[in-house]
Amino acid sequence: MPQDEHKEGIGGMMNPTRYGIERVAYLLMRLSGLGLLAYFVAHIYETSNILRGQVGWNEFLELTQTTEGHLFLAIVIAMCVFHTVNGIRVMLGHGGVGVGKPARPDYPYDPASQNYRHKIGIYSSIVLAAVAAMYGLAVMFGE
Amino acid sequence: MRESTIMKIHYGTALAAVALVAVHILMRLTQNFAESLEYESVLANYKFIPYAIMLELILILLAVHGFNGLRVILIELKQGRIYEKAVSYGCLAAMIGLIAYGSRTIIMTNMGLV
Amino acid sequence: MAQVSSTSNEQSSTAKSITLKISRYNPEHDESSQFMEFNVKYEKWTTVLEAILDVKKHFDHSVAVRYSCRQATCGSCGMIINGKPRLACFTKISELDSDVVTVEPMNNFPVIRDLAVKFEKLFDSHQKIKPYLIRDDTELVSDEKEFLQTPEEVEQYIQFANCIKCGLCNSACPTMATDSSFVGPQALAQAYRYVADSRDKGKDSRLKIIDDSHGIWRCHFAGSCSQVCPKGVDPAMGIQLLRGYMLGFRS
Repeated sequence: MPQDEHKEGIGGMMNPTRYGIERVAYLLMRLSGLGLLAYFVAHIYETSNILRGQVGWNEFLELTQTTEGHLFLAIVIAMCVFHTVNGIRVMLGHGGVGVGKPARPDYPYDPASQNYRHKIGIYSSIVLAAVAAMYGLAVMFGE
Repeated sequence: MRESTIMKIHYGTALAAVALVAVHILMRLTQNFAESLEYESVLANYKFIPYAIMLELILILLAVHGFNGLRVILIELKQGRIYEKAVSYGCLAAMIGLIAYGSRTIIMTNMGLV
Repeated sequence: MAQVSSTSNEQSSTAKSITLKISRYNPEHDESSQFMEFNVKYEKWTTVLEAILDVKKHFDHSVAVRYSCRQATCGSCGMIINGKPRLACFTKISELDSDVVTVEPMNNFPVIRDLAVKFEKLFDSHQKIKPYLIRDDTELVSDEKEFLQTPEEVEQYIQFANCIKCGLCNSACPTMATDSSFVGPQALAQAYRYVADSRDKGKDSRLKIIDDSHGIWRCHFAGSCSQVCPKGVDPAMGIQLLRGYMLGFRS
């Protein structure tokens, strides 16, 4: 056990099981952000193949237009939608919008900032991400 | 730069990118998905100047937002003056590099240098 | 290191029993922490702190635990109870709904011994945000009245004045789990407490202090701090409202 600061570490930071859906959203936001950045870099590289002319472009397109490629893209769509919708929720929250008003707390002290508006926002972003991924799969595999 | 300024840029780039990426994705759906990825179709997109400008903006917005997000995650993982400077400058360099690489594709294709 | 013991001879017949697992660690000579197990009888009203004190009284007086008021006022007995930061004096064993109660020192605080942790960094961060009223007129002239506030003005900050500096919020915070330079939810909520006080004039200086690379922007609104606060302070709300000033949502 690293006793100097006794920090929980990455394992503790990433553990989504103890503090409700807000902590799950926090983890998904990070993971989707990293995933989208990786995809973005790959996408810039992918599209640069257009400089290799039609043959080069088609060669690269063949690599990505596969079942695995489509499934990967569906995950990217889900990450993108979740990161966007949840990001807007978080951004509003960061501005103090929808986090409740200060008031004398009463036992059992349910925190006003963890209210139904934000919970609905989180669940909506998860549902919308799933719907968008399915729509993406329908478009990609429907052709 | 103050952290508040950086984070305001972070939020601003996010909002702007959402709008432009939505247009970018919707453009894929104006025609058959496979057709939209065909060489001639993509080339036409790049040669259409307003669209090329939009791609360039998306490139800049997402690179700034993405690499600042990465910087935030990395400086929260480990601390130290040298490490944090390395992370900040590393992310800045990666951001500039990616923008330069992506811009090269957009500009060369738009100018018909393919 | 496991020890099974019982306090059955001193408890009433209505008492049930649990296994109390206590994390033992002395940084001076232990390589790592180990759990000691004790069989402890409890009543409906028995708190985790009382169970630990029972162990100290009957089995092992060397168990290190910090406590004082036993009524969630002093903020001394924060620890990880069954995986979550809680006050031992404010947590009834019967409410945990488990036959095994595990107690560990709070995360993100250096361990002194067993369940006692160092609070220096928490107090330093608290001090850093200037937790007092800042005014230009430092001395009151004798015939002046006190600073009157309307009930609405008091409502703006009174919730945040309930903070007992127990450190549970810092222990639950995901940023604090990895970022030792982060100012933390406790100090940030206190910054809001003073900024929101109509008598205070130190908003600009406090916002400047927390506007650094390990300041308020490292809060990602995960809300874990608010979920564990035993006094209903809701640090997450305070932090977001404070950030509202910096983003121009509030003036």
